[in-house]
Amino acid sequence: MNDFKNIKEKYNSKLNSDLSLEDINQIKTELFGKNGLISSQFKNIASIPETERKKFASDLNQIKDGLQNLIIKKINEIEAKKINEKLENEKIDVTLPERSFVRGKIHPVSQTIDEISSIFSEIGFSVEEGPDIENEYNNFTALNTPDNHPARDMHDTFYLDDNKEILLRTHTSPVQIRTMIKDKPPFKIIAPGRTYRSDSDQTHAPMFHQVEGLYIDKDINMGHLKGCLNYFIKEFFEVKKIKMRFRPSHFPFTEPSAEVDIGYEIKDGKIVIGEGDQWLEILGCGMVHPNVLKNVKVNPTEYQGYAFGIGIDRLAMLKYGIKDLRAFFDCDYRWLNHFGFDPLDVPSNYRGLSR
Amino acid sequence: MKITFDWLKDHLVTKFKEDKLLEQLTNVGLEVESVENLSAGLDLFKIAKIIKIEKHPNADRLKVCEVDVGEKEIKKVVCGAPNAREGLITIYAPPGAVVPKSKTKLVVAKIREVTSYGMLCSESELNLSDESEGITELSSKKYEKSVGKSYFSKSNSNLIDLSITPNRPDCLGVRGIARDLAASGFGKLKNLKDKKIKSNIKQTIKVKINKEKNQACSSFGSCLITNVKNIESPKWLQDKLVSIGQKPISAIVDITNYVMFDINRPLHAYDVDKIDKGIVIRSSKSGEEFKALDNKIYKLDDGMCVISDRKGVLGLGGIIGGTRSGTEFDTKNILLESAYFEPRSIRYTSKKLNLETDAKFRFERGIDPLSIEDGLNKAALLIKEICGGEISKIDIKKIETRKVQSIKFNTDLFKKITGFKISTKEILKILEDLGFKIKKEKKYFKLTIPTWRPDILQEIDIVEELVRITGYDKIKIIEPIKQRTKSTLTQSQKLFHFLQRAIASKGYLEAITWSFTDSNYNDHFKNKNKEIKILNPISSELGVLRNSIFSNLIMYMNKNLDRGFKDLSIFEIGPIFIGSNPGEQNTVVCGLSSGKKQRLSWIEKERNVDLFDVKRDVVQTLSEAGYNSDKFFIDSETPNYYHPGKSGRLFLNSGKDQIAAYFGEIHPNIIKKIDIKTESLVGFEIFLDNLKLPKKKLKDQKNKFEVSDYQKSERDFAFIVNKEVKAQDLINAVLSVDQKLISNVKIFDVYEGENIPGNQKSIAISLTIQSFEKTLNDNDLEKINNLIIKTVENKTGAKIRS
Repeated sequence: MNDFKNIKEKYNSKLNSDLSLEDINQIKTELFGKNGLISSQFKNIASIPETERKKFASDLNQIKDGLQNLIIKKINEIEAKKINEKLENEKIDVTLPERSFVRGKIHPVSQTIDEISSIFSEIGFSVEEGPDIENEYNNFTALNTPDNHPARDMHDTFYLDDNKEILLRTHTSPVQIRTMIKDKPPFKIIAPGRTYRSDSDQTHAPMFHQVEGLYIDKDINMGHLKGCLNYFIKEFFEVKKIKMRFRPSHFPFTEPSAEVDIGYEIKDGKIVIGEGDQWLEILGCGMVHPNVLKNVKVNPTEYQGYAFGIGIDRLAMLKYGIKDLRAFFDCDYRWLNHFGFDPLDVPSNYRGLSR
Repeated sequence: MKITFDWLKDHLVTKFKEDKLLEQLTNVGLEVESVENLSAGLDLFKIAKIIKIEKHPNADRLKVCEVDVGEKEIKKVVCGAPNAREGLITIYAPPGAVVPKSKTKLVVAKIREVTSYGMLCSESELNLSDESEGITELSSKKYEKSVGKSYFSKSNSNLIDLSITPNRPDCLGVRGIARDLAASGFGKLKNLKDKKIKSNIKQTIKVKINKEKNQACSSFGSCLITNVKNIESPKWLQDKLVSIGQKPISAIVDITNYVMFDINRPLHAYDVDKIDKGIVIRSSKSGEEFKALDNKIYKLDDGMCVISDRKGVLGLGGIIGGTRSGTEFDTKNILLESAYFEPRSIRYTSKKLNLETDAKFRFERGIDPLSIEDGLNKAALLIKEICGGEISKIDIKKIETRKVQSIKFNTDLFKKITGFKISTKEILKILEDLGFKIKKEKKYFKLTIPTWRPDILQEIDIVEELVRITGYDKIKIIEPIKQRTKSTLTQSQKLFHFLQRAIASKGYLEAITWSFTDSNYNDHFKNKNKEIKILNPISSELGVLRNSIFSNLIMYMNKNLDRGFKDLSIFEIGPIFIGSNPGEQNTVVCGLSSGKKQRLSWIEKERNVDLFDVKRDVVQTLSEAGYNSDKFFIDSETPNYYHPGKSGRLFLNSGKDQIAAYFGEIHPNIIKKIDIKTESLVGFEIFLDNLKLPKKKLKDQKNKFEVSDYQKSERDFAFIVNKEVKAQDLINAVLSVDQKLISNVKIFDVYEGENIPGNQKSIAISLTIQSFEKTLNDNDLEKINNLIIKTVENKTGAKIRS
């Protein structure tokens, strides 16, 4: 009995001192090894008188459990300490720069085209396209602009052949012609794309972007035209109210024709759309001329509707505060980075066009 | 078209002010381009006389002039004009005056040590003419007594510049503008009871319009004025012309100009004594020449409408007169011409000769054919009043009579087009005010079109007139209905948008460059395509349509490298051109990457960008777009602008497909020629039009969701193969064993060198074997292993490396 107590006390105190893992293993062997102090006591059980045996065994087990628990606790302590020491050593300067990640950008013109498409999608327009190289007929004649018409002077045209029959389209309006020849009315399309005029200075680029709109059905009138553009401008500039002015003008392919101005003012050097008493011209439009409809075999007494053409680059400049048109096509890395859009930023109606 | 409110008031009675005028002009479609206060500060410009001239002590070409400006003090002005001389009467601008042309404010300045008080002005500096050779010379007879007075007369009327659309020739005269304004309720059009020539004298110059094919002159009115004295115009006339920015020349010329601007009736005055016998209006013959009033000699083609006499061409009808018969101050007898020329012919001739004149601008848009007499009456009587002389009767030669143009108009059309209604009464009032004659028929009105409105041809034009005058603000907004019956984008448009953003998400900045390019750059990248020249490029550097996007991208990449950027990735999605007919274009996504990856990274190893970077971007993008990358087939046949050994071409499927993409290093020769300084330059092109659009939507293309939970086994193999054997062939051979069992095939090592024969390489492959039916036992696995080895050895000539 005393042996037990001695063992217990001796090892309790041993285990409470500062030990290494090796020391503990040594203690384990001393106690529970094949000939360990505790193990050998168990061997003795048989020689204990029966009356005392039960108590002996119970005491022995108690001591065994106590020591074992102590050992486990001690091992856990040491291991935890070891891990903590290790982690302490692994400490790193987390302010060092992260691994690099490069995401590209979407050009503001592309972003603007997506915004425009998204707005018109909502009111039922679908997107059409046409080639950059056009024939004289689609670009002018079919659009009621015959040769020797002074209106052609407004289009400085790039030609590809001596007969001046093949050219770079000067506007997106030939897509109207292509669409109407290809299908049957009603037509409700927009056609964004590249357009070309041999004109180059601070405010003109030889290539620019336009979006054409065309809506032909049985009873589409100027009120629909006004409503459509009013809606578009409000949505595009993401404002609740817009000041808009329809002004009579002339395009050979529409009659009556209008130019549309929007109200603006300059606040703190920035342009604010929808307020103020300055006017800015942003697009041309009108009711499709009966001659144009006849040219594409649509009966003008049965069908009528409107068309419009908007300069995309100019819209992008206004919305995103870009001052120089030429910079759009100059490919300056800094500019593209500054004005470009994250490719994940896809304009949509439910999420809003821009962030 | 430049006008002033004062001039408008010659034709219009109105109680409104100028700000309302500007608004109303815009409302009826006569867009106000600019408003300029011409007279502001102009009273500072004084008529002055040079009293004395001395040479500038420090400059050979400069003179120091003592100038009398009507004040006590004589002004000292330094002047460089060669025509500055003692006694000359000219125009002086004091310090503080703003020079009209340059808009600079004059200050007292020291010019080479001599102080100059103000400036003597040239006509060009005063916007009087283009004459900039010397200072203005004023006739001493007329201005001697005016020294010290302001040269410009005071006018409170602003110069209003209108942008007149090409359909409105009638508004190229002040009266036409007044008529529109009156119709819109801005005032009342004055009824001018113009006097008519009363004469018994016959017009004795014989005029003949040749009846020939495409004769552009259909009528020619003229009258003779004899014994005139051509002088400087009276002040009212000079002021009038100056007020709209015109320079007075002589009474006869000024009067014809005045009538043109006033009632849009171009006229021409000939010096009769310089005409050899009668006048013939005919088509020119190729090679004929004449000297025009702009002092240029024009060589004519066949078929241009000329006014001629026996000696030859006197002028181009409706465009410009000739110097031979021009009026001078000593002209005694004049023939006044007022004719009608066909717009098409005017335009053809002036385009061909590159000639712009006020008359041409008007005739090509269409002049009122009935204004011939009005013009002659008005001008001839004014000439008589100012220059004296005798006027003959008017002579009008015609080769055809114009029919009265009329159209039927149903008032219902107005509401149908505009969406709102105005009363018939209002409609009739507007049309009458605009000069239409109206006759009521059963269901419509018969409208006689005013002869000054060649733009009105059909009913819709009447609607335009009515809505324009009523005001576009009356059109009611009809809100659009939010309804979509057709999908917004087609599948190929969706693909375009997807690829655009997929490439951008891989680190490329989107650029938009011209569709044209420099042929020198294009030559590098045109491959087998033919060059497409632009006939009239804005510069030779933008002379051809691009056969590839690379030419522009590389040019701009180089500019950015010059800016000091090193590691750049840019791309463009857009057209390339393969022929010069509509539709001969392809849509391409083209990307370019330069420099290094991980440059100056503390954590990662830096390396040059290489072809496997761009290959990843191409393969990844295409597979994101929904194409199965397991089926991609790649070989190394690429255009000559790629590095022949380090570039590849990708097909969506092995087989008959068109080329989906190229990728690789740009050819070192091109890099050298263009002189691009970068460690590495790689690029790719994806051809959108060659990507077959799947018939099914992506969601319907997916296989059934099937996975195996049976145990899988990963195996490695190393094969020794000839160098020519492609990794792709090896992988295909492995997969051909059993696509259902074998997956996740990866090449984890490629080795050449020690222990491997010189013409061979070692390729190490890792793969996964897993069955959908059972757990494979050792026996099964061994069988598959052996089959893989055997198949690869058979198909590629490889040997398993033991």
